[in-house]
Amino acid sequence: MKRILVILLLSVPFCLSAQTKKTAPAAGMAASITRGQKVYLQYCLSCHQLDGGGVPNLNPPLVKTSYVTGDKVRLIKVVLNGFAQNVNIDGESYSNNMPPQNMLKDQEIADVLTYVRNSFSNKGTAITVAQVKAVRAKNKK
Amino acid sequence: MKSKLLKYIITPILGLVICTIIYALKADNGVVADAGNAGLKLPEGFGALTVANIGAKARHLSVTPQGDIYVKLAKPKEGKGIITLHEGSNGKAEITGGFGNYGGTGMYIKDGYMYASSNTEIFRYKLDAQNKVIDQEHPERIIMGLKAGRQHETKSLVLDNEDNIYINIGAPLSACQVQDRGLHSPGIPGCPLLDSAGGIWQFKANKLNQTYKDGVRYATGLRNIVGLDWNQQDNQLFVMQHGRDNLNSSWPELFTTKESAELPAECMYALKKGDDAGWPFMFYNQITHKKIVMPEYGGDGKKEADAKYLEPAAAYPGHMAPNGLLFYTGKMFPEKYRNGAFIAFHGSWNRAPEPQKGYCVVFQPFKNGKPAGDWEVFAEGFAGVDEVKSPSQAQHRPCGLALGIDGSLYVTDDVKGNIYRIIYTKK
Repeated sequence: MKRILVILLLSVPFCLSAQTKKTAPAAGMAASITRGQKVYLQYCLSCHQLDGGGVPNLNPPLVKTSYVTGDKVRLIKVVLNGFAQNVNIDGESYSNNMPPQNMLKDQEIADVLTYVRNSFSNKGTAITVAQVKAVRAKNKK
Repeated sequence: MKSKLLKYIITPILGLVICTIIYALKADNGVVADAGNAGLKLPEGFGALTVANIGAKARHLSVTPQGDIYVKLAKPKEGKGIITLHEGSNGKAEITGGFGNYGGTGMYIKDGYMYASSNTEIFRYKLDAQNKVIDQEHPERIIMGLKAGRQHETKSLVLDNEDNIYINIGAPLSACQVQDRGLHSPGIPGCPLLDSAGGIWQFKANKLNQTYKDGVRYATGLRNIVGLDWNQQDNQLFVMQHGRDNLNSSWPELFTTKESAELPAECMYALKKGDDAGWPFMFYNQITHKKIVMPEYGGDGKKEADAKYLEPAAAYPGHMAPNGLLFYTGKMFPEKYRNGAFIAFHGSWNRAPEPQKGYCVVFQPFKNGKPAGDWEVFAEGFAGVDEVKSPSQAQHRPCGLALGIDGSLYVTDDVKGNIYRIIYTKK
């Protein structure tokens, strides 16, 4: 199981780059995913876990939830502001505090969210630096 | 002739009768282990069975001499926060009902009352001579208005022998940081939340509607307690602390991910009135056996804390989450287990990227009411996987412990709601 997971994780960027080498934006996305994985391992892993499965009752899973694959602005805001309210996913409640990760650069946030949106069985479009910058600017008010 | 009759007829009949009596006695306690011991790995001579699966998050439990089991649920199921079961002679139990429309953890029976907690209140239910709850719908509320944050909100409880009840009130923060779990976030000066949380409070067990002003902060500096028990040998309260998280993610310059997986210790404390176990100002390093200043309060990972803080009675690896503590006062298990402590470790999450740890029941030997000798894993295999890399992989997680009248050890599972019973089978 562990091995399969590792192979899957490693193969995600390869598959993506192999499929879409001709188009520059997709190649950019593959590179973003690779960079995003590093950010994930450093800042997200301890709570959301290697498989994105989270921790029952405490830290929400990142696997196929609308929080991850849905509204990009909401997702970027979770990273910038943290999350300190109970969230219900598939009938389970998660209540641990997520601290703001606003010390991360726009590029790091774009990368890690692109990685999360394309890992753990998720499939989503990339989050760009421009999108993060825009949300952060409004966030400050 | 007479002696022949005795020899050839009466003796075999007598033998048969004796055998039948012995068999009947055995059948009376016809509890047998499940094939494969319900998935648990146990020391030689022990067996286990699944008493029931209640399909809900089973927290603490009590078992009566009459074979009734009361289980507290984290969340009510179909409006019932306490599930009742009754055991058959083979040890398997059927759900007989439920009551109490509140989730929670605490459950304890003492002197004709069953005590149960929501996350803010404590109730008690009078029992009849058969240890059945007399009025399920109208418990006495003995304590109300306790603080409950979004973490460490559950209330565990135990009684002493003088009609006092002890309640854990967990701290609503992991390390009393300005920004909970934040990178480089400092401690809140003095951590004022300790006035009403982060400790054990003592109340009267027989007085109604008590609030903070009626109780005593019995011991402080305890981040969160889930497992606790009263030690009858030295008449003292023992508690298991859940230590802080995030040493590496908050202070990556001071703690490696490996150090952060092992530290701080999950501590067992023997408490006396007025004790201060030091959270959030210090943590205990079980490898160096030192009390260390928390980084949020001026520590560098090595600086030693004020000696005034309470020494742990025993210490275990970090983040294993001790959710149940039970002193074994039964007679079924061999001598070495008598008056020792069983600890249900719910299992870690804050050890990633290291493999997770816990998900087992540990035995801590005791001598004269104090830990004596190294702890050992007693029951494992709850998780159903060889190595838990991510907590959501665990099929079952041990939580509450209870002692059966025959000396069996009961364990709850708060993932899928198995009730396990561990028996000693060797004669």
